[in-house]
Amino acid sequence: MVAASAPVAAAGTGVAGLTWLLVLLPLVASLLIVFLGRRMPARGAELGIAAVAASFLLSLATLWRVVQGAGPVERSFTWAPIGSFTLQVGWYVDGLAAVMFVMIGLVSLCVHVYSLGYMQGDARFTWFYAALALFTGSMLNLVAANNLFQLLVGWELVGICSYLLIGHWWEEHVNSSSAIKAFITTKTGDVPFIFGIFTLVVTTGTSNIPRIAEAVEHGELGRGVLVAAALLLFGGAIGKSAQFPLHVWLPDAMAGPTPVSALIHAATMVVAGVYLVGRMFGVFAAAPGAMGVVSTIAGITMLIAALLAMVQDDIKRVLAYSTVSQLAYMLAGLSLGEAGYTPGLFHMFTHAFFKALLFLGAGSVIHAVHSNNMSEMGGLRKVMPVTFWTFLIGSAALAGIPPLAGFWSKDEIITTAFRTGNMALWATAMLTAVLTAFYMSRAVLLTFFGPFRGHGHPHESPAVMTAPLVVLAAGSVLVGFLGAPQLDAVFADWVHVGEAHHEPFSYGFAAISVAGALLGIAAGYRLYARWREREPLRALGPAYTLLERKYFLDDLYWVGIVRPVRDRVSAAVDWSNRVILDGIVHAFARAARGLSRAIDLVDARAIDGAVNGLAHTTGFSGGILRYIQSGNVQRYAAFLFTGVIVLAIVFTRF
Amino acid sequence: MIRLPLALLFSAALFSVGVYGVLARRNAVMVLMAIELMLNAVNVNLVAFSQQLGQLVGQVFALFVIAVAAAEVGIGLAIVILLYRNRETINVDEVNLLRW
Repeated sequence: MVAASAPVAAAGTGVAGLTWLLVLLPLVASLLIVFLGRRMPARGAELGIAAVAASFLLSLATLWRVVQGAGPVERSFTWAPIGSFTLQVGWYVDGLAAVMFVMIGLVSLCVHVYSLGYMQGDARFTWFYAALALFTGSMLNLVAANNLFQLLVGWELVGICSYLLIGHWWEEHVNSSSAIKAFITTKTGDVPFIFGIFTLVVTTGTSNIPRIAEAVEHGELGRGVLVAAALLLFGGAIGKSAQFPLHVWLPDAMAGPTPVSALIHAATMVVAGVYLVGRMFGVFAAAPGAMGVVSTIAGITMLIAALLAMVQDDIKRVLAYSTVSQLAYMLAGLSLGEAGYTPGLFHMFTHAFFKALLFLGAGSVIHAVHSNNMSEMGGLRKVMPVTFWTFLIGSAALAGIPPLAGFWSKDEIITTAFRTGNMALWATAMLTAVLTAFYMSRAVLLTFFGPFRGHGHPHESPAVMTAPLVVLAAGSVLVGFLGAPQLDAVFADWVHVGEAHHEPFSYGFAAISVAGALLGIAAGYRLYARWREREPLRALGPAYTLLERKYFLDDLYWVGIVRPVRDRVSAAVDWSNRVILDGIVHAFARAARGLSRAIDLVDARAIDGAVNGLAHTTGFSGGILRYIQSGNVQRYAAFLFTGVIVLAIVFTRF
Repeated sequence: MIRLPLALLFSAALFSVGVYGVLARRNAVMVLMAIELMLNAVNVNLVAFSQQLGQLVGQVFALFVIAVAAAEVGIGLAIVILLYRNRETINVDEVNLLRW
């Protein structure tokens, strides 16, 4: 791309030297939208789209450098020296960052364009675009950061953008409380995260990510420190990437507008946790036991989330639980060590395409039928052909049907689990793959087949909404080939630790995966091909109730955490109010009453006279002082200056 | 080369004019201008001492004062304009809604 001979300040870094521009463009656009958006012809949307498109082009150029075999580029500037520690700002661009840039840029661009249609006529349209652009910039900053503190800044900024956008329609109470739930739940994970950062910074003396990786490699850190740091960092990932037991916020985050769900809660922000584990992979790999924890959490999460996705009626919630489950796949891949590094991150890359596609498709359906519930959809295949076909491609990709993107990445994770001998994880991943195919075929059948059960006459969405669908559908078909072993699996050359792993393609494993997916689809078809008033899965009895109530986790948190904190604190306050304060007040009252009776007699005679006398005196002196308290600022100023002069004289004389 | 006492005398005179303006004027714009006079008297002092002591800090500080004064007068004039729009007067004596 930009030749190394270009006289850029950062010699030889080419377009990677422009990473600051890539990050700043959306952030600046966000500010401009806030201040100028309302006066622009498209109410600020064009600013956001232009900035994100420019960032996307830069990210493509950055990726092109990586494709040509350029190594990682790091630039670091001193931001603020604090004693012996120096806060840095800079960027670190390797294959992983470049791939993330492209992914974020493309999905964000699609969502920006799509929202033109979806958010049309919204009261806070301009503000929505400002928040979207701010989010994009923050996410790019998170990825570009070369040090943990800058990463943390991006991490928290995307969190606040998520909060703002989930609560975009805050007039409805449930939306604003969902936003608060998302914010507080992820924040629960952020507390260990920041302590993990402190642990690494204190023990290595630097927040610079490549430096820390070097320190870990040279064995400068003790085992205990490594385990603590890895687990604390993973706490952040559990919160941000919605892993068990903090996954409860993501389904509720669906209260936000659907484009937001596609961008933030499917493709980008929620993979920040996965990215973190990938970026700090050295720490995790070197910490004995930490990978086991990651693996266990991921295994639990992928299964329970997939089970939950089966019983949802809200189409967005199906996709939300599916996202939780797929995020667990990515972490499971990473937890397999060096061999699983590339598959895990490859799945993150492909997942962004088809999950964003599915969300935008769901948004298109919701836009048409004005309901989130699949029981009020059905038969949309004929009236919304573009949405139907793209949604079908996305579903097939997610279910792992070859040769779509999801097949290559998911199969790679499952195969790697088997090859590294992690049989428990392999079995869980296989089972989850079957369930995934099942709930996706259920969603497709309920939404697009059978009779239409809603109200009104749904019609296909406008071109600004279907065009992004087509782009993402093309991506869902094509990006998988980047990791196809038959085509040299170029993705592994871009994103790898140590030597790039090129595992040979195993037709046996692929056959098992595809058979699993087909099994899930067949089961889905069997149950949902014909519309039934009664949900067929209700036949499961108590198990269905368990799923419907989300394993009672929300109730558990409510009873176990929210209510005790709220009730204890409020009860304590109430008790102290009643017993202590009231007691004191009552005692005073009683004493006062007794006293007043005694005094009553005295009062009438002696005191009245005194009081009246006092009142008169007060009134009289007030009348005089009134002239000083004129309320006239200039007179006050005159007093002030007089005082200063008097003080000056006093100080100079004595 | 101006001698220090001369500069200080000038500064003191300027300051006194400013104080008089703040105390005696009824026109809000005039009051603001008088405040500017006082600030500039301070600047003269700062620059004079900077010259005398051969240290640049004083001049830097004067620049800061100029910047802050610009911001202050910007806000002040904005308030005066809003005041005039609402009350049709900029006489500080008549702006007494919050009095008592």
